[in-house]
Amino acid sequence: MIDRIRERRRAALGFASKIDLDLMTEKSKTNLIEFNNPVPVRHYGRWVMTAFLVIMAVSIAASLATNPNFHWNVVGRYLFDPQILRGVGWTLGLTVVAMSVSIAIAAALVIMRDSGNPVLSKLSWFWVWFFRGTPVYTQLVFWGLLSVLYPRISISLPIVGDLFDLRTKDVFTPAAAAIAGLAFNESAYLAEIFRAGFKAVDGGQTEAAEALGMRRMKILLRIVIPQAMRMIIPPTGNETIGMLKTTSLVLAVPFAYDLTFAANTISNRLYLPIPLLVVAATWYLAITSLLMWGQSHLERHFARGLDRNQAAIMPKESA
Amino acid sequence: MIMDIVQNGGICVDIRGVHKFFGDFQVLFDVNLQIDKGEVCVVLGPSGSGISTLLRCINHLETIGAGRIFVNGGLIGYEEKNGRLYCLSSEAIATQRQHIGMVFQRFNLFPHMTALENVMSGPVMVKGKRRREAEPFAVSLLQQVGLADHMRKYPGQLSGGQQQRVAIARAMAMRPDVLLFDEPTSALDPELVGEVLETMKDLARSGMTMVVVTHEIGFAREVADKVVFMDEGRIVEAGPSEQVLGNPQNERTKSFLSKVL
Repeated sequence: MIDRIRERRRAALGFASKIDLDLMTEKSKTNLIEFNNPVPVRHYGRWVMTAFLVIMAVSIAASLATNPNFHWNVVGRYLFDPQILRGVGWTLGLTVVAMSVSIAIAAALVIMRDSGNPVLSKLSWFWVWFFRGTPVYTQLVFWGLLSVLYPRISISLPIVGDLFDLRTKDVFTPAAAAIAGLAFNESAYLAEIFRAGFKAVDGGQTEAAEALGMRRMKILLRIVIPQAMRMIIPPTGNETIGMLKTTSLVLAVPFAYDLTFAANTISNRLYLPIPLLVVAATWYLAITSLLMWGQSHLERHFARGLDRNQAAIMPKESA
Repeated sequence: MIMDIVQNGGICVDIRGVHKFFGDFQVLFDVNLQIDKGEVCVVLGPSGSGISTLLRCINHLETIGAGRIFVNGGLIGYEEKNGRLYCLSSEAIATQRQHIGMVFQRFNLFPHMTALENVMSGPVMVKGKRRREAEPFAVSLLQQVGLADHMRKYPGQLSGGQQQRVAIARAMAMRPDVLLFDEPTSALDPELVGEVLETMKDLARSGMTMVVVTHEIGFAREVADKVVFMDEGRIVEAGPSEQVLGNPQNERTKSFLSKVL
């Protein structure tokens, strides 16, 4: 349809080619048809609503721009402040590391859950139950206090003696505690997302792979996961964006370098909370946009062969 | 001709005294069946008579409750030592399955791979060959099933009959000792059945050992060396195809054949 319009436009602009000539004859044929030209239904209510919302949006934008309480000059001054930029780095880093760790844990949880071993399966269930059932803030406080609860971590075997004996403070630094808290909580949600994705892959796929003589791990990695990814990626993208903002809770550990903490520190110094909140919000939005862009690329990759709506499923060239 | 297969004779699939249960429900009763190398055995029977289950027992997709199944002399799924039966590891079972090809009713092609990648999946992912090594044989198999022009397409872009022919090529790519067909034409539109049956006939002529569960009596008549008729989990009648199809002795076989013809 769009192609035809484009071709017609090219023809109208005077490009002469064989295709255009074909189109001309096609056009002259269609000229013989008397097309219907019905008057569309007029949605007066929608027009009023549209006008109202446009006026609202413009006036809100105008008030944002002109209201001196927003201190846009302060926003501009601190948007690229070194302390803020370091906060952005830490927030992005925490998000990526915590997400990676939680993906690994969630994968293990799903494999345990479907392993057929009742103890492993129950353990997996228990992990999900516990970490999904308690607030992430509480968990972060707990991991922060771990060194008070257990000053030393050691494992001893009866005959061999101590395998290791470490001060908890040295292992569970605030960054490690923040990552553990965020990742353990997230893994519980991801495990459920992964399980749903794996279940959605037709059982015939596993059977066909088994019949070829494929090993179990290979079936999982090469047959089931590539197909489950289509179902897994959109909710996991959601979770990643959620994680980005949950990192603002790490002050519970206490961990004092993330974006929200940095913005709060500056605003407390200036007694100007609003402009620094705007600075932080701008950065969160920017990172979210980046993550969404990455997600859309991943989705396109895993739609290969599976997405009927994709206009052209480009066959991969094999070497 | 799909491949020239030289079979030396002797028994390929040996099913001895197999019983199979789903929970308390018994689906197979004391099934005994020997299929020679190079033989085409068609298993007939009404739906629910246990024919598909029997086929799936041969490559251990289903576990049997009693009895033994041997393929080329090897006990499937178990190891017998000092009078006791031990389960084989999933790796060992996977190795056994490399020699037993299977074609499914619903094709079960891998939708995220092209036709060519599907055919290469066995040699590449199971035998660990490089893509470049595996490709020529895969391409020749696709040529032989008449799909050389479609090898870069994904299963979703192929018709049911084309998908099933790719599935046959995929099974052949592992150079199996025996090919199992589980109602290969039941999910196809009537006009697409013929092309799949033609491919299977080519295979049969090349000397491939085949066990075919189907309702296509015409195919059985034309191609089968041996026909087995099953009902309610038991083999009712078995023998050369002319005998079972042309002159059935059992009442149940007679009434089944009169209905499907």
